[in-house]
Amino acid sequence: MSASSPTATPLIDLYQLSKQYPIGNNLLKALDRIDLQINAGEYVAITGPSGSGKSTLLNMIGLLDRPDSGGYRLRGETTEALAEERRARRRREQIGFIFQAFHLIPRLSALENISLPLMLAGLPRAEQQRRGMQALQQVGLGPQASQRPNQLSGGQQQRVAIARAIVMQPPLLLADEPTGNLDQHSGVEVIELLEGLNDQGMTLLIVTHDPALAKRTRRQLQLVDGRIVSDQRP
Amino acid sequence: MTLIDQLRFNTQVLVRQRWRTALLLLTISLGVASVVVLTSVGEGARRYVAGEFSALGQQILIVLPGKTETRGGAPPLYGTSPRDLTLEDANALARLGSIGRVAPIIAGTARVSHGNIAREVITLGTTPDFFPVRNLTIGLGQPLPASAVDSASPTLVLGAKLKQQLFGNSNPLNQWLRVGERRFRVVGVLEERGESLGLDMRDMAIIPIRSAEQLFDSAGLFRILLELKQLDQLALAKQQILERIRLRHDGEDDVTLISQDSMLHSFDNVLRTLTASVGAIAAISLLVAGILIMNISLISVSQRQREIGLLKALGAPANLVRALFVNEALLLTGSGALLGTAAGELAVALALRLLPGFPFSAPLWAELAAILMAMGSGLLFSWWPASRAARLDPVLAMRGASGGQQ
Repeated sequence: MSASSPTATPLIDLYQLSKQYPIGNNLLKALDRIDLQINAGEYVAITGPSGSGKSTLLNMIGLLDRPDSGGYRLRGETTEALAEERRARRRREQIGFIFQAFHLIPRLSALENISLPLMLAGLPRAEQQRRGMQALQQVGLGPQASQRPNQLSGGQQQRVAIARAIVMQPPLLLADEPTGNLDQHSGVEVIELLEGLNDQGMTLLIVTHDPALAKRTRRQLQLVDGRIVSDQRP
Repeated sequence: MTLIDQLRFNTQVLVRQRWRTALLLLTISLGVASVVVLTSVGEGARRYVAGEFSALGQQILIVLPGKTETRGGAPPLYGTSPRDLTLEDANALARLGSIGRVAPIIAGTARVSHGNIAREVITLGTTPDFFPVRNLTIGLGQPLPASAVDSASPTLVLGAKLKQQLFGNSNPLNQWLRVGERRFRVVGVLEERGESLGLDMRDMAIIPIRSAEQLFDSAGLFRILLELKQLDQLALAKQQILERIRLRHDGEDDVTLISQDSMLHSFDNVLRTLTASVGAIAAISLLVAGILIMNISLISVSQRQREIGLLKALGAPANLVRALFVNEALLLTGSGALLGTAAGELAVALALRLLPGFPFSAPLWAELAAILMAMGSGLLFSWWPASRAARLDPVLAMRGASGGQQ
């Protein structure tokens, strides 16, 4: 496969990446020798039947999981050899991750949840407030700043999670079934929000099994049994 | 993450989950308070016994008739000797420069009766000095009259329990009763007081020493209580007493001297055992408290394994995650330990009010050990699961399991 801009280093570069999970006495090949390049600014859907390894692939790209073999270069940097401290830093600065189940901390307000990555990064308090509020307004939830997750609707919670993912302004945004827990209307809102961020230059990867959602993207990868079986750019 | 932000993160956990925090604090303080209370009971028992043995008073010497070899057992309460110790011996000792008050004692069992009620009790014949020497206080009436030093006046002081048995609630003063075949007039009643040196002073009658000589038809003294004029003259006094006795007993010092020192020394084993018991009680209650705190720490951290995974996914390094949970455990166990110590002390103060005779007191070392144990256990068993979860890749920690399944 040829990259669209061959002169630039791909943002994501996977080569022969494999991951196995033990299921009973057998090993399940969640990812089987994956080769994949994704360039900055792309908008990619990862689809496939359940158990095909699409979430595992996204977790690998998000540095939430480690491959058994093969390699992953992020912005040209080999990630396998990175010490834990460095991996944490890459997650914090380069990657925004959006989960199907939102994963907000229930005791923290919307603004506090969003400010968490800024807090972890050790930014001054005033800066945390300013950038947190900015991200909150970007997802259209300024008035809900002090509300707890359980006071927000599902769509609002996912928008808070998106604000948390983008508050560090990472180049790469990863979303694992971001609309899976939402009704259709909120789902569309969330997708339009993500597409807006892609338009501003963030690379966007979405794992989904919704064909309508996949059709909106500019590149569709299909996984079956841990292998990429099709890579389409309509 | 700045320290202030870490502290803010910790206090948010504790303040915004009030019930969880309250229950954890309750458990930790319960563990610490139980150590304080249990050791205070053990230490109280030890002090009670030590107090009983030192009730004799430091300046008191006891002279027993007969010489007994020191065999390392209990002190000889009854000496054996062919030669009696007499009132004349006592008077001779009273003239020694180092000796103050002297209380010779003749003891025997006699039938004490009033009306148709009779009781067989220990009857002591002694002098008025006996009361101050033994720290006995009169609850009603007078002690033996001054004339009782050397004359057989028919006067008698009753123990509190004996008075109750013979007279009930009516006034016994100036009533006449019989001791053996003789009649005595009640002049006083001892104040209620516990057992002392194995003698139950509540169940006793006290009469002048000359009367007792006649009653028991014997001039042999049971013992002599001596009060030293000065504390530091113990050795000198012992030497003078033995010399004086040798002079009066044809060159033989056939008496045994007992001081508080030697008493306490003989009961050392008892006290040592009691001290060891306090230590054992403390160790067991500390262990229980430690395990209690271990469990709640393990549970409260494992409950938040997903949160640890999320923090890692958001870019927190493992060290930071560990620090967050260790700080939280320190805050929690520290305040729990302080609360528990305060609650334990309060319980001890309350017990002291309810049972004033028993010296409850939690030893300082036990309190410090309880606080250290609480914080140590909380620290270790928060650090350990937090550390394990922080080592996992975020995706595993977020799944809430230590093993991975897709």
